[in-house]
This record gives sequence, C-alpha cells and structure tokens, in this order.
Amino acid sequence: MKGFFKSSIGKKVLMSVSGLFLILFLLFHLCMNLVVVFSASAYNEVCAFLGSNWYAVAGTMVLAAGFLVHIVYAFILTAQNRKARGTDRYDNQNLPAGVEFASKNMLVLGVIVCCGLLVHFGQFWAKMMYAELAGTEGQFAPTDGAAWINWYFHDSPLAVAFVIVYLVWFAALWLHLNHGFWSAFHTVGLSNNVWIPRLKCIAKWFSTIICAGFAFVVIFAACGGINTKSDCCNKEKCGAKTECHQEAPCNPQTCPNAEQGK
Amino acid sequence: MAEGHKSLNLTLRVWRQANRQAKGEFKVYNVKDISTEASFLEMMDILNEQLINEQVPEGPVAFDHDCREGICGMCSLFINGRAHGPDDDITTCQLHMRKFNDGDTITIEPWRSGGFPIIKDLMVDRTAYDKIMQAGGFVSVSTGGVPDANAIPISKVIADEAMDAAACIGCGACAATCKNGSAMLFVSAKVSQLALLPQGKVEAAKRAKAMVKKMDELGFGNCTNTGACELECPKSVSISHIARLNREFLKANIKD
Ligand code: HEM
Ligand code: SF4
Ligand code: FES
Repeated sequence: MKGFFKSSIGKKVLMSVSGLFLILFLLFHLCMNLVVVFSASAYNEVCAFLGSNWYAVAGTMVLAAGFLVHIVYAFILTAQNRKARGTDRYDNQNLPAGVEFASKNMLVLGVIVCCGLLVHFGQFWAKMMYAELAGTEGQFAPTDGAAWINWYFHDSPLAVAFVIVYLVWFAALWLHLNHGFWSAFHTVGLSNNVWIPRLKCIAKWFSTIICAGFAFVVIFAACGGINTKSDCCNKEKCGAKTECHQEAPCNPQTCPNAEQGK
Repeated sequence: MAEGHKSLNLTLRVWRQANRQAKGEFKVYNVKDISTEASFLEMMDILNEQLINEQVPEGPVAFDHDCREGICGMCSLFINGRAHGPDDDITTCQLHMRKFNDGDTITIEPWRSGGFPIIKDLMVDRTAYDKIMQAGGFVSVSTGGVPDANAIPISKVIADEAMDAAACIGCGACAATCKNGSAMLFVSAKVSQLALLPQGKVEAAKRAKAMVKKMDELGFGNCTNTGACELECPKSVSISHIARLNREFLKANIKD
C-alpha cells in the first residue's frame, strides 16, 4: 500500500469511501428527522438519548473526521485537476449531451452543501448537542428538538428565509448525490457496463428519496405540522384528554386546569 | 468527381501559434470550392496549398496526421468545439466535408490540456502517452513461439471486451476533452486490454501500478467520472474500463 494514498486513484478512493460514509450518515439522520412528523415527543426522546450519550458524541467526532477527509481531499483533487487542465481554454467546447452537470461541478455543489451545514450547525447542533454538553441555557431546552424545529421553520420571523435556504441546500445535495452515489462505486471499481446504468438509476432514486425526505420534514414544520405540546401528565386532575394545554412541557404544579379537574 | 457532390465555400478560424512559448491567435482564412466528398484533412491540405501560394507570413498550418484511415491516432484537432469534429466515433482523418454546409465558419483548435503542450499551430506534444506506455503497457514475459490459436481458451465475452479496449489508438482526445485533464480513459484501455487476457494477467498488478504512477508523475488530472472522454473517444472506449483500472490498482495495492 506504499504511496497508495498519494496516487490519483488512492485519493479518489478516500473521496469515495468518505462520501459513502457521509451517505450512510444522511440515511440515519433522515430516519431520525422523520420521527418528528409522527410524534414530537418521540422525536424529543431521540434527541435526549443522542444528546447525553457519549457514544453519540464519539460518533459525531468520527463523522467530523469523515467530513474533514472529504472536504480536504475535495480541494486537493480539484486544485490538481485545474493544474492538469492547464491555462489554455478552448474557444468553444460543445460536448454532446450525456455529461451530467453535477459531475463537472462537484466542488461548487460541495461548498453549497458545506454552507448549508454551517447554518444548520448554528441552528441545531449548537443549540442542542453542544448546549447540552456545555450546559448553556437557550430559548428551549436542548432536548426539545421539536420545539427548535417548529421555531426555526414556523414561528421565527425569519422562518420563510430559513425554509428557502434549506430547500436550496437540499437541491445542491441532490445534485451532489446524483453523481456522487454512482461515482463512488465506480471509483472503487464496483461497476461495469451492466452496472453503470443500474447504479445511475439507483443514484437518482436514492438522492431523490433522501432529499425529498429532508425537504418534506422542513415543509411539514413550516406548515405548522409539528405538535410541540406534550402529552398530559396530570390526567386525573386536568381536563386534557391526551395533549397538555400548557405552553411549556406538561407540569402538574403549574397546570392551570388542575383545580377544575373532574 | 462522383455525381451528387456539392461545393462548399467556407470560412476557417484556425489557431496559429509559432511555438510553445509564443502567444497564439485565431487567423481567419477563406477556402472555396471544397467538395463535400473531400475529407477534412484534404480540405486542410487545400488550405495549406493556398497559404503557400499566397505566401502568407505565418506559412502553412502545422497539423498532425499519418495513416489517414483511423488507426494510427496521429490526427488530432478540436473542430467546432469537439475533439475529432462534429461526428461521433471517428477520428479527424475520417471526418468528411459532407458534415458541413456551404457558408459555414469552422473553428479549428489544437488539443488544449496541460499534458499536451502545443508544438506549433495545431500540433501538440503527445509523448506523455508514449511515456505511460513505456512504463508498463506491454507484456514483457517471454511468451515463446506463436501458440496454437486454441491452446489458451478465452471466452468470447472476454475476448470482445479486451478487443474493445485494444481499439484505443492513443489519440489523446480523452485527456483533451476532460475538464480535469485526466488520461484515465487511455490508461484504463491499455491496462484493461492486457489484464483481461491470460498473457497479460501475469504482470497485471505491476503494470497497473507502474502506469498509474507514470500518469500521476506526468501531471494528468484525477478522474471525476464525468464521462466526457467516452463520448468523444473515436473508438468508443467505455468508462467501464476505468472501473476495471481502479479495481486492478486497488487489488495490486492490497496485495503488497
Ligand atoms: C453530506 C455531505 C456529502 C456527501 C454525502 C458527499 C458524498 C460524495 C460522494 C459519494 C462523492 C463521490 C466520490 C467519488 O466520485 O468517488 C463525492 C464527491 C465529491 N464531493 Fe462530496 N459529499 C458531501 C459533502 C461534500 C462537501 C462539503 C464537499 C466540499 C466542500 C464535497 C466535495 C466533493 C467533491 C469535489 C467531489 C468530487 C471528487 C472527485 O470526484 O474527485 N462534498 N461526494
Ligand atoms: S481512449 Fe479513446 S480518446 Fe483516449 S486515446 Fe484511446 S482512442 Fe483516443
Ligand atoms: S491520421 Fe491516423 S488516425 Fe487519423
């Protein structure tokens, strides 16, 4: 393996493996997000579990390393490619149809994905995982993920802007994955004349499902679909059948209905 | 001349550059009465005759060619924005003037890629591909005399696949077209044609490593699987060979 990671193919393998790892993470993240559509309290349990859990913190470190490898090599490879191309440009180049837009613009798309990530980090990771670890106080509890989602995409004065930013982010991700998915398999040699069209087809479906899934959760939240009220914890005294009427999570001490309860 | 041919009057925008260091520019020339039955290179010959007669200061246009039948890989030329011109799956020498219309303006450029520096006008230095071949694109073990054709059974599928890769003529259109200046299609064709066959398998690992090393050393880019190369390759070499090269290279590196 001496010199493998210095070779062009070796560097591409790093790109491919880190990319596939990030894809797995996306899949996991999407599953987590979809929970909020069904139940805000179940989602918050997932948040509570992943926030306070040191395995999750370790997982985050591994994930960060994956991103780092992918991003560092993205810039190294792109810089080398520009040098290899040389400074001379064709007066005009009209390629026949068949070259995917994404395949020629992976760095630009990656940078957009990266910018989206930074916004996302500021909004959620800093307010949830980091806040919990650092013990800082926020507008909502770090484990109340559903409330955070509802705030950013529905209640915040900037909600519409956030929704647009997120949808642009997912569009860039869609393009990046559309090419990246099959390209990653090709790079590690797992492709041939039969599988190239199959992988391209799977890539289309896969990136569409992933990105449409993420977009759905955002739009669902923007439409006010997230129920931030918790289940009633004071059923004997309070009139609420299932849902707590209080703004904050259900608390028997401050329940305004406690006295009138039947 | 055969019946049915037409004559074309054309405007040519040709890249002129005295040498590698000189600053190049497009010069515009008009050619008249070019038969639609002429080949593109014959049209270039007619242009050159005209330039010699007119005694233009820049002289005739330098361009590469040899066999003029699509097998040597010498002809290059980026014509109207495409390597080997507007037709698919052919070399420049196989391009005919019937692909053009009377009154057309045709832009003719050299390959422009870091790996292929311009020598003069439309002629570029493609020795980088020869150097990659010298690094391992051959079978060096003694294979003895010519064996009986059926002594080494090879399935039709494998033979066809090896033949498709062997069709590569080393013209350089792949790297010239690639936005990353990558020579992967060429290298993968050369690695594939031998890795697929028993005679070449013996040195497959060594070959893949040596040729990739040379390709990197010469400064060719990293493939991002855009697939532009296979669309412009005159021999329709498929990028599936690139997947095989990646596989061979990975295998070779894992082995040691
Ligand atoms: C969730 C985030 C991301 C995922 C899932 C992802 C996934 C992938 C995959 C699977 C590939 C294909 C690898 C190959 O062709 O072998 C790829 C390529 C690439 N990615 Fe990403 N990526 C992500 C984020 C980024 C970011 C943040 C950047 C840069 C700032 C980036 C830049 C690139 C570039 C330049 C390539 C092309 C590299 C090449 O083919 O040589 N990606 N990505
Ligand atoms: S792979 Fe095709 S384009 Fe590249 S050198 Fe060979 S014949 Fe030319
Ligand atoms: S001149 Fe030989 S291939 Fe065109």
